[in-house]
Amino acid sequence: MTALLVTAVDENASLAPPNGGAAATRPAIRRTGRRRADARSDPAWVRWLVTSLAVIFLGLFIVLPLICVFNQAFSKGIEAYVAALRDPDTLSAIRLTLIVAAISVTSNAVFGVIGAWAIGKFDFRGKNLLITLIEIPFSVSPVIAGLVFVLLFGLQGYFGSWLVAHDIKIIFALPGIALATIFVTFPFVVRELIPLMQQQGTEEEEAALSLGASGLKTFLRVTLPNVKWALLYGILLCNARAMGEFGAVSVVSGHVRGETNTMPLQIESLYDSYQFAAAFAVASLLALLALVTLVLKVILEDRLVEE
Amino acid sequence: MSIATRLGGHRSGVIPGFGITLGTTLLWLGLVVLIPLAALFVKTAELSFDQFVAVITSRRALHAFALSFGLSLAAAFANLVFGSIVVWALVRYRFPGRRIFDAIVDIPFALPTAVAGIALTTLYADSGWIGGLLAPLGIRIAFTPLGIFVALVFIGLPFVVRTVQPVLEDLDEELEEASASLGAGRWMTVRRVVLPSVVPALLTGFTLAFARAVGEYGSVIFIAGNLPNYSEIAPLLIVIRLQEFHYADATAIAVVMLVASLVVLFLINALQHWSELRTGRRP
Repeated sequence: MTALLVTAVDENASLAPPNGGAAATRPAIRRTGRRRADARSDPAWVRWLVTSLAVIFLGLFIVLPLICVFNQAFSKGIEAYVAALRDPDTLSAIRLTLIVAAISVTSNAVFGVIGAWAIGKFDFRGKNLLITLIEIPFSVSPVIAGLVFVLLFGLQGYFGSWLVAHDIKIIFALPGIALATIFVTFPFVVRELIPLMQQQGTEEEEAALSLGASGLKTFLRVTLPNVKWALLYGILLCNARAMGEFGAVSVVSGHVRGETNTMPLQIESLYDSYQFAAAFAVASLLALLALVTLVLKVILEDRLVEE
Repeated sequence: MSIATRLGGHRSGVIPGFGITLGTTLLWLGLVVLIPLAALFVKTAELSFDQFVAVITSRRALHAFALSFGLSLAAAFANLVFGSIVVWALVRYRFPGRRIFDAIVDIPFALPTAVAGIALTTLYADSGWIGGLLAPLGIRIAFTPLGIFVALVFIGLPFVVRTVQPVLEDLDEELEEASASLGAGRWMTVRRVVLPSVVPALLTGFTLAFARAVGEYGSVIFIAGNLPNYSEIAPLLIVIRLQEFHYADATAIAVVMLVASLVVLFLINALQHWSELRTGRRP
């Protein structure tokens, strides 16, 4: 009780303009005020040291690599940069990356909404296990994500000879790249939606249904607007990972320039053939994508707080 | 509805679509994640137990495991230390550019690993901005295990910061005030009051960073130099075996890594459960 009183008085003291009104009590409150601030503030030298270390560390490990990407990309001038990006193989890699991202983001968004509906709006046994299973792709090495599809659909894989007989190409082609990307980005959308849907409960939906709305209409008019920012947030992160995925795609792609190279694989191809400036030119596009993603992420996080 | 009843019913009889959405979820999860992962174990079962042991205990495989797990542990530890410093500065202090520094902590999540890989390699090579400074001192980072360590620290950085940040932000300030008013020094308050509250989040962040580092491929292979028995990580050995069409060898190594990451995944879940019990919130 005393502590509460002290806090209350203390806050008044810090808010009140320093006029002479309560001069008699002021010194005492001042002293309490100072002690309260001290309770959570570290000595100046600690503040200075910790802040400098944090800034140096982030600068060295995060800012410097970013600067390096753009510096290297333009190391041979703007013309070389533009030429590198207009190379037909690079353009084809950009196209493939966009297609793969569109496929995997769409499928994970649709799945994410369906899965979050089942998990977020209903109670059933094994729910936590299901959530853990959904999050498995986050803890599996990307290389393993690619490997499993080679085991299934590769030439020596379980369905390999059947696929050859029916002239269907999955590995070293678009379907394999898309599958591997869907695998690694599987949890992104659903994990953003589940906690929100759980927290929002079912009252609003029940109201809509009892007023005669159909299930689909209830979903589209009530549920979806309630989770739209979380959905966009999941899609944003999913897209960034889908466009940048390297390990999984590298295993299933076959690395054919102009055909099965996505942007990250094209970066590797260029880098390995010592076309450093061109490799960094493509890399600069992905770095730009990462920066745009972060800006949108900060904006969406503000909206999410409202949701 | 019958599935719903069998699984113990659901929250409300009014809300439709439980059977169909749960069915779709299980089917899609099975097709995309579970069946492919099961193929890994089926394929490995083609090896006899002795063959399996021979593959995973070959000198090259053992070295790759030791390198991957050892460096990931070291990198996660480095992230624990630097992540704590960064998160303390971001949450407790006000300094110019704080919001920007806060936002760029997520760069390793957002930046494709191949881009990080070539950028770090260029920086730390003998001719690079950082490597050039260290080369005269006889320190070589790129194309040595030290380079792998640097890449793993980079990709693991956000985990500790982002798991600890919300816990530290929500920490009840009265606790620290009470501690101070009872005469504890600042260091004692941090050690005895703040630290115990964030330990579960710190451990979760550490484990997440470790799990990510163990499986990391893209950012490592550029800077590692990839010399067998020196700087060759386990994921790369899987890729090499696969390219040599030694599928069973590749899967045997992959199974060891997968089992390790599943153990870590369940550990993370247990940690989060513990943390929810302690702090009453999700980290």
